Amino acid sequence: MPFIVRRLIFYLVAAWVALTINFFIPRAMPGNAVESIMAKFPNLQPSAYKALQAMLGVGHPGSLWDQYGAYLGNVLHFNFGVDVTNYPANVSTLLAQTIPWTITLVGTATVIAFLAGTVLGIVAGWRHGGWLDRVLPGLMFFQAVPYFFLALILLELLAVRGHVLPLGQGYAGGLVPGWHWDFIVSAVYHSLLPAFTIVIASVAGWMLQMRNVMITTIGEDYMLAAQAKGLPGRRVMFSYAARNALLPQLQGFGLAVGFVVSGAIVMEIVFSYPGIGLLLLNAVTSNDFPLMQAIFLVITFAVLLANLIVDMIIVAIDPRARAREGAR
Amino acid sequence: MTVALPISTDPAVVPEEHQPRRGLWRRLPTRAKAGAIMLGAFILAAIIGPLLTPYDPSFQNPAPGLSLHPPDAAHLLGTTQSGQDVFSQLLLGIRLTLELALSVGVVATVLSVVVGVAAAYLGGVWDEVLSLATNVFLVIPALPLLIILLGYLPQKGQTATVLVLAGLGWPWGARLIRAQTMAIRGRDFVAASRETGERTWRILAFEIVPNEVSLIAASFVNTVLYAIGASVALAFIGLADLTSWSLGTMLYWAQSQQALQIGAWWWFVPPGLAVALMGTSLVLLNSGIDELGNPRLRDAGGASAAAWHKLRPTDPTPVLGAAPARRRWRGGRQAGGELP
Repeated sequence: MPFIVRRLIFYLVAAWVALTINFFIPRAMPGNAVESIMAKFPNLQPSAYKALQAMLGVGHPGSLWDQYGAYLGNVLHFNFGVDVTNYPANVSTLLAQTIPWTITLVGTATVIAFLAGTVLGIVAGWRHGGWLDRVLPGLMFFQAVPYFFLALILLELLAVRGHVLPLGQGYAGGLVPGWHWDFIVSAVYHSLLPAFTIVIASVAGWMLQMRNVMITTIGEDYMLAAQAKGLPGRRVMFSYAARNALLPQLQGFGLAVGFVVSGAIVMEIVFSYPGIGLLLLNAVTSNDFPLMQAIFLVITFAVLLANLIVDMIIVAIDPRARAREGAR
Repeated sequence: MTVALPISTDPAVVPEEHQPRRGLWRRLPTRAKAGAIMLGAFILAAIIGPLLTPYDPSFQNPAPGLSLHPPDAAHLLGTTQSGQDVFSQLLLGIRLTLELALSVGVVATVLSVVVGVAAAYLGGVWDEVLSLATNVFLVIPALPLLIILLGYLPQKGQTATVLVLAGLGWPWGARLIRAQTMAIRGRDFVAASRETGERTWRILAFEIVPNEVSLIAASFVNTVLYAIGASVALAFIGLADLTSWSLGTMLYWAQSQQALQIGAWWWFVPPGLAVALMGTSLVLLNSGIDELGNPRLRDAGGASAAAWHKLRPTDPTPVLGAAPARRRWRGGRQAGGELP
């Protein structure tokens, strides 16, 4: 079985596990979620009560198997139920409004951070013991800082005191979102600080990882052979060392992307960015369980998709991944 | 509750250690020492901090001048909007956050050792199932799942939070430990003890696990790091016992009462900085453990690889003696480094 097919099956299994967990959590947890929601939002209609019961599995709406089947069907049709905070809006409508913001911001910033961190890591690993190595403890500090705290500090410095960048939101008030020049400029301007935060917070991690893989790669015999052939240093550095070190780095990207996305989503709260993070905060503060669960599924699927894309890149650049058919 | 760190070799924390430990401390890379000392300082603050709090952290001083008072001699880190002393909150917060993170570290590391060793040693269907579970939970992002789990819990107390965080914190360590156990399982000394009729659990507990101590320590440090980050993030969005003082709940109150917009930096900078420094100490410690296991990562004193002609005379792996050993090691790494 080709590598990529095996990975695809694995991600399908992971997606199914996430869906199943998501189905069973409200049914296994103590307390009556529907009652607490209804108590909090007295203006909900009886039909919403029925829908919530079906969604959260309270009040025996059919056998567990029937519920599970109906649930899977709903999710496949992107039907996540009615949102209780913004009743009668649909959860999927709310998600559709916020997802593009998060994907654009977090996606772009993560790719920039990954590329910058990888290049810095190549240099740091190649010049092992050089000046980049000496600032490592400082970088480790940035690796340990929570994204949202870094966001608070940058906001304090650049927006509250410096007045260089806006305090938050996704675009200037009064503008109507759409594909026109004013809005795009404003949106990019407002996303500078959040994007910068993600890059600063995550670049150190990619760099440290790449540095360590580089140093291990440099010790390999083929490196010595390349140098013995008298190849120019730059060529050895990029075509021999970096190219081989890139594979573990990409595999690490797949595993770490979930952390980056989680951190970035909490960070959005600080900026009042109109993405999924703010939606999540509202869901948590108002006990809006259907929305929380839908957000969990969306983030999980996004992370699985990112992993699949990384695997495709690995297949494209690593002949061994293509050749290892059937081998585990 | 204070959990002794298995790798805390900080002499300030454990003064009456035996001679071999001393040797270990001396062999530790500088970075790991710095990390251990920083972590030791935090542990010390967590132990004696509550005795030093100048005020009750929840006491709301009604004096009008004491709302959002900047730091001065009476209030070392200023006061919050309702006149609470930030310094007292910080001391208690460090304790609660560290307590929680270390508890999660212990529970999750035990889980990952059990799963990792069981998968590798039992093999067959067990290995398939446990490895699949490990890889699936490794790829599903933890934070959103934690949010649902804690969201549904009626009481978000310390124990519940520890259990939920530990319940999602084991896969990373389990994967590493499984790979290591696979490598050790085939060694002669394990075969020998099997031949002498040792029971399986004895082989596991006395032959295999002791050989994985450094890996277990690394995965413990990493899990504590994850627990600090996740618990602070969860508290920041309000999923914690908001009546208790942890670094996360401090940040929650500062954010929800607009400390940033008011300009009360003394309210949100100390807890955030404490989280960051605590995390830094763990990252430093971990990079030190990495260096112990992989000497190539050490600070090559000027032996820059860019100037490789300079490197060759001081190459740490002499060609003659070490070549076969290196080849075997590389084979092992390829097997372990494959994708799940």
